[in-house]
Amino acid sequence: MITRVVMPKLTDTMEEGVVVAWKKHEGDAVDSGDILAEIETDKAVLDLESFGSGVLRKVLVPEGETVKAGKLIAVIGEQDDDIEATLAETSEDKTAAPEPQKDSAAPSPKQKPSQPSPAPSTPTKGEKSGSAKTETQATKAERSPESKIKVSPRAKVLAKEKGIDLSTIKGSGPEGRIVEADIQGQVKTPKVLEGEAQDIPLSQMRKAIARVTTSSKAPVPHFYLTTEVAMDQAERLRKQMEELGNGPLSLTVLFVRAAALALARHPEMNVSFMGEALRRHATIDIGIAVALEEGLITPVIRDCAGKNILQVAEEIRDLFVRAKSQQLTPEEYAGATFSISNLGMYEVDNFIAVLMPPQAASLAIGAVNIVPVARGRAIKLSRRMKVTLSCDHRALDGAQGARFLQSFKRALEKPLELFLPLKTRSKRDHEIDQ
Amino acid sequence: MLISYREALNQAMREEMQRDSRVFLIGEEVGYYQGAFKVSKGFVEEFGVERVLDTPITEAGFTGLAVGAAMAGLRPIVELMTFNFGILALDQIVNNAAKVRYMSGGQLSAPMVIRGPGSAAHQLAAQHSQSLEAWFCHVPGLKVIAPATPSDAKGLLKSAIRDENPVIFIEAQLLYGTKGEVPDHDYSLPIGKAAVTRTGSDVTIVAYSKMALLALEAAEALSKEGINAEVIDLRTLKPLDTDTLLESVKKTGRVVIVEEGWEFCGLGAQIAETIYSKGFDLLDGPIVRVAGEEVPMPYTRPLEDLAIPDAARVISAVKKNL
Repeated sequence: MITRVVMPKLTDTMEEGVVVAWKKHEGDAVDSGDILAEIETDKAVLDLESFGSGVLRKVLVPEGETVKAGKLIAVIGEQDDDIEATLAETSEDKTAAPEPQKDSAAPSPKQKPSQPSPAPSTPTKGEKSGSAKTETQATKAERSPESKIKVSPRAKVLAKEKGIDLSTIKGSGPEGRIVEADIQGQVKTPKVLEGEAQDIPLSQMRKAIARVTTSSKAPVPHFYLTTEVAMDQAERLRKQMEELGNGPLSLTVLFVRAAALALARHPEMNVSFMGEALRRHATIDIGIAVALEEGLITPVIRDCAGKNILQVAEEIRDLFVRAKSQQLTPEEYAGATFSISNLGMYEVDNFIAVLMPPQAASLAIGAVNIVPVARGRAIKLSRRMKVTLSCDHRALDGAQGARFLQSFKRALEKPLELFLPLKTRSKRDHEIDQ
Repeated sequence: MLISYREALNQAMREEMQRDSRVFLIGEEVGYYQGAFKVSKGFVEEFGVERVLDTPITEAGFTGLAVGAAMAGLRPIVELMTFNFGILALDQIVNNAAKVRYMSGGQLSAPMVIRGPGSAAHQLAAQHSQSLEAWFCHVPGLKVIAPATPSDAKGLLKSAIRDENPVIFIEAQLLYGTKGEVPDHDYSLPIGKAAVTRTGSDVTIVAYSKMALLALEAAEALSKEGINAEVIDLRTLKPLDTDTLLESVKKTGRVVIVEEGWEFCGLGAQIAETIYSKGFDLLDGPIVRVAGEEVPMPYTRPLEDLAIPDAARVISAVKKNL
């Protein structure tokens, strides 16, 4: 039987992938489940697993080449199978049907073939089937935003050459069509720099970040709330925990735990704006931004409310190590319901994070500084940090965000709370599911 | 030398008849009357009635005679009093002249020119004001030329007469009196090569024959508004100069096609298809066509004016495209 091997579409944001290396070569015997190739997606390098058995008859894409999701990249068949008809197929139109078919190669060993890749707002355990259906439809609608954009062929070619995302451009042509001048307007650089300037092609990850942040900042009405947190107690407690032999405990662990506590207390914050509805998530899944050479990735700690602080610490350690080596699978970095971004280690005092839709809130954490603070009539030194909450105003209002921040602040300022089990709505749902 | 389009055609035929004794002219009133539009002025005196043949009103007959003469080794020029009457000779043109080389396995050919005025003049009404060039372009085996200026008319007619294939040579009736510089020396122009008659960067206006002059007029008006149009005069309709078209579209990204003939299945459709299929990625907007209205040509002058493209329509099409 002939098996078509196509570039998998592993995430909603993935439009193309790079064949990093072929693990099998033409003529090699292949069994179902064998690793055929390494694929670099917009976030990670993943193994491409074979769904069919036979011989790798034809490799259509050389190593290092970027191809669109859905494009035929190899053909597996028996030695005497006639594969010409399969090779003659143009697979460009397959991009519209990214879900692996029964004769296609599986995108990843961990992904079930019958399920599409997780959307950024992955419905999880407590989700009703009705809302899951809505999710699927929403995901499909979002899948090819460029198909609805009016753009001239010339502008399209130019945009591709320059690596410009068409969804970020407003067309000035008839009926709002994007024309060449609109693209040129994006790529003009000051002449004085032309001699020294160098165009570095965008990595898959950089393209994805550009796409996602633009689709956030432009249409989502953000608002921001900043507060200052005293970290003396938290720091003290962290040290004590380490002294008790629990291994290094990073501040990030405390932040995740404090955020989980605040979200459990204010479930109205753990939501996504879905157009016609506000989706209140059943679990608290917190994404933590991790800086890589190529850009940014946000591994997700699932069901934070259901895990104690040491479990969270252990999970973060594991995810961070694998994030740095680009080994995370899509379900490990997609679908957070809330995000935390910490730039304190870079001596940034305060900053504002861009929301990652469909998340409704994101917390930006600055450096812990030792500053003089008035206590009564005395001035004392205190460890303080500034945190800023970015909110989607379509889903949240200022007072809700402020209450969340109060809870977050209190959890870190009276950190024993971080060690208590959470009684939450999400925990209950979790138990009911089981 | 500043001469009229009519005189340029006269020169081309005279020089070729002087050069090659196989060339002769045949048609209604081409001899003693010197042509309905005086294109063959002085020919009977110079070449005699054996090479300048007056015929009865029998388009199929004298065109067929010319096809036979061409097959026998002569090089006839058939003058149709207008291409509207050429419809009567279509069987000879389409079934004999165009196909004889193919059907005889190359043993016979019909090196001949069928020429005469086409398109609308002033108030000649529905049967005498037609632009039928798309019909001829449709037929394999025919070359089709429609020059706009006296110098192109002369250079291309000479090439047409020397060509080994049947050539349809359409002269717009209203162009006969127009004047232009024509080189004094003997020259010919290649068939199948368009001319960029005005360079520009914002839009390409493609036209031919009378409409090529209209396109220039529109381009000049547009330049006053800061729109820099490039104008291509196709000169030869078949074979089409695809290279020049694409080169221009590469520069401008936008195309407006102007023709006097009817839009549906008109030549503009073929030009647009050529650009879409070979230069799709060069386009920065859809191709816009300006064509004659889909009506039999009205007799009354105001309605006739409305049925034929004018500069205002071309200007409006360009603005729509930008």
